[in-house]
Amino acid sequence: MRHITAESLAPTDGIRDYLAVQEQKSLLRFLTCGSVDDGKSTLIGRLLSDTKQIFEDQLAALERDSRKHGTTGDDVDFALLVDGLEAEREQGITIDIAYRFFATPKRKFIVADTPGHEQYTRNMATGASTADLAIVLIDARQGVLRQTRRHSIIASLLGIRHIVLAVNKIDLVGFDKAVFERIIEDFRQFSHKLGFETIVPIPMSARYGDNVTSRSDKTEWYSGPTLIEHLEAVSVDEAVVELPFRFPVQYVNRPNLDFRGFAGTIASGSVSPGDEVVVAKSGKSSHVRRIVSHGGDLSQAVAGQAITLVLDDEVEVSRGNMLVSPAARPQVADQFAANIVWFDEHALLPGRSYILRTETDQTSATVTDLKYRVNVNDFAHEAAKSLEMNEVGICNISTRAPIAFDTFAENRTTGAFILIDRITNATVGAGMILHSLRRAENIHWQSLDVGKHGRADLKNQRPAVFWFTGLSGSGKSTIANLFEKKLFATGRHTYILDGDNVRHGLNRDLGFTDADRVENIRRVAEVARLMADAGLIVIVSFISPFSAERRMARELMANGEFVEVFVDTPFEECARRDPKGLYARALNGEIKNFTGVDSPYEAPENPEIHLKTLGKSAEEMVEALELWLNERDIAENQYDSGGGI
Amino acid sequence: MNIALTHLQRLEAESIHIFREVAAAFAKPVMLYSVGKDSSVLMHLAMKAFYPAKPPFPFLHVDTTWKFREMIAFRDQMAQKLGFDLLVHVNEDGVRDNINPFDHGSNTHTHVMKTVALRQALDKYGFDAAFGGARRDEEKSRAKERIFSFRNAQHVWDPKNQRPEMWKIFNTRIATGESIRVFPLSNWTELDIWQYILQEDIPIVPLYFAKERPVVERDGMLILKDDDRMELRPGETVENRLVRFRTLGCYPLTGAIESDADTLEAIVGEMLTARTSERQGRLIDRDEAGSMEKKKREGYF
Repeated sequence: MRHITAESLAPTDGIRDYLAVQEQKSLLRFLTCGSVDDGKSTLIGRLLSDTKQIFEDQLAALERDSRKHGTTGDDVDFALLVDGLEAEREQGITIDIAYRFFATPKRKFIVADTPGHEQYTRNMATGASTADLAIVLIDARQGVLRQTRRHSIIASLLGIRHIVLAVNKIDLVGFDKAVFERIIEDFRQFSHKLGFETIVPIPMSARYGDNVTSRSDKTEWYSGPTLIEHLEAVSVDEAVVELPFRFPVQYVNRPNLDFRGFAGTIASGSVSPGDEVVVAKSGKSSHVRRIVSHGGDLSQAVAGQAITLVLDDEVEVSRGNMLVSPAARPQVADQFAANIVWFDEHALLPGRSYILRTETDQTSATVTDLKYRVNVNDFAHEAAKSLEMNEVGICNISTRAPIAFDTFAENRTTGAFILIDRITNATVGAGMILHSLRRAENIHWQSLDVGKHGRADLKNQRPAVFWFTGLSGSGKSTIANLFEKKLFATGRHTYILDGDNVRHGLNRDLGFTDADRVENIRRVAEVARLMADAGLIVIVSFISPFSAERRMARELMANGEFVEVFVDTPFEECARRDPKGLYARALNGEIKNFTGVDSPYEAPENPEIHLKTLGKSAEEMVEALELWLNERDIAENQYDSGGGI
Repeated sequence: MNIALTHLQRLEAESIHIFREVAAAFAKPVMLYSVGKDSSVLMHLAMKAFYPAKPPFPFLHVDTTWKFREMIAFRDQMAQKLGFDLLVHVNEDGVRDNINPFDHGSNTHTHVMKTVALRQALDKYGFDAAFGGARRDEEKSRAKERIFSFRNAQHVWDPKNQRPEMWKIFNTRIATGESIRVFPLSNWTELDIWQYILQEDIPIVPLYFAKERPVVERDGMLILKDDDRMELRPGETVENRLVRFRTLGCYPLTGAIESDADTLEAIVGEMLTARTSERQGRLIDRDEAGSMEKKKREGYF
């Protein structure tokens, strides 16, 4: 690239030849990681500078910035080349990854410079997810630190198999061979379980360039490659083309009735016209008729290519499904075990519902069992009730609909997923699938002859779940009780699920931590769903403080069946009423995790029914509920009769 | 069998994947079409991604009214040739107030006629995803940005709090009013762009090729006198010089370089030996340190 000079390049005719050579160069994607101040950004600045990737105007800006923000005295501070955000330059730290591009005569490189601070671990994981090699930097004066271990574990979990152990700032320990060897030994001690194929230790000084692109005369005891020699030579090829064919369907291209193409990127293997393919989730089989491309049909396509397939038959395939090799199929299951790296400041809670996304599929998922958390210092498996930000754990996951997958060890593309918070839409975790759980294969839906509609018709009503939410003492139970009496009197079939009552039986094993509250609601929501299935009008009277769980309950029910009722009584009024004497004790600190006192209540934003109780009687509240129910039933009956039966 | 994909094949596949992901996951995407070389590549990739269908989204050009005339002619010609749905948006408030780069400076002009205009257009049509041609190798704050880059309902980018972006699994979920800026060319370099233009024979605005053009030397840059709205300052003269452009934008803010490169091969050759970055020719990046990040946070592409 820019290291070439005008003289070395013949005018125009030479250009196409030169580009043809460029085009055949392989690409290596790597990241730099390690603890704060180990010199990651400085190393990248050094690589860019020594491989002549820095333009004159950029160098001028760098010199200007170095005087203003630099931490290297009169020298140019190379870290400022990559720390591109204002906040980073001001604080002298790296917050988010920067991607930089450079090339040598032998190879092209994309490098992700990642932050060392623990709080930005998720950004490091972002850089690692698309890398094939990690340079783990270690400050020779500091040795292996907690963040060195954490980053090494995450790199290993994310499938990185090649490590460069860059023992940096070797100049500051007098180029001492013994220090170098001790650090290698320390690193090997803890990393032998991480499954790295290559670990190449290199003593270097990123600031002065020793053993980065040129051999240092101060480390004569070192006979290995310089960093750049190793990066140019290391082989990271994974033979994904040799793996069974996997084609996650991303987009169905249907411009007119005569064309139906399945667009996506081949995750592994290869495909040719005439090949038999199977739809992963249904098991239906067809053959590839065409591989359509803008420049004409292809005779073959391989892993990594983004293509459009046309099949011989009109099989049902939509986004999220996979076309696969008939001889080696992926697993299709709704329960599996996975490694999870947690990113969010709100902890992972077993039982809470998240959105799970694979490359093209999406469903809701809950962690049914957090088996253990991994201690990043000694790999000890520790019992845990939740997973905090930047922690790693092994979980059992249950999805609402089955997904097609391979294990992450078999296939980095079809074995990975992310978790998304239902409310904030934040990406809260990353998962690597370990194996499916056998119980998923053995439990099948029993199809029953009597259906929900039949059961409800017999009762001459339509099922509904009235979900009362509100602070303790807001009047939920009183209103629910009166509401049920009214319904009962008009011949409706009802049932009340009351928070206190359920905790005496079904949920007697649960306490009041966030994790237990989530599980409490999950169980009650499932019971309410079964009762609605039985045709009942269910009244759930639960504080249910978190909007995520109420949303999960809503999504369990059929459309229009879930009625969120916000029993809105101000905190002061509830505390004044204090029918059970609980507020007095909570405010005294005798009860922990009390909603509204030291545990949050997330008020509904758009409840179907909003009952403002102040100055109103329970009867008035119930009238509002009855009115709502009658209006719904009238509307649905009209819809039914208008439906042309 | 020959199975190793070339570098450009990989980049192309990644970009096509991104295009399709947006088409599948968003209700109302749009492609920002700036008429430059990166936009030309972006458009070419969009045509490939959905072939034999047309791209299932419109192309939006935010016209500052100060673009080179050749850019506008090229834009209209491409729209007609490829048959895509072209929307052109101008900030009429800015036109009414006669906001221009000469009287108001590059900062105000760019903010009003580009950043605000873009926000107006996105709000007017209710787009929930917008493709842009930015590359990570262009500038330091762009090197930090995700491929799917979240914007809140005020179009603000929060660089300190970006969503993790793992593998090729993109989080496309947003709430009402929020949007995502999508950059399919994130991992392309300037060399990759030119190489791809050469390989695929992609049409680009003729201003990229060297030609005798009437230019004025001003503030150390060669400005093309594209129309009569540019008034000469005392001592300035218009000279015909052999020049071309490395990047294109508003003509009063874009410096030409002296060059005799009049073929794609010559342009690539010149770029390979260049000693300054392509953004060197852009006045707007030089106003203040961190200026690109600031503009991006405000909603600039």
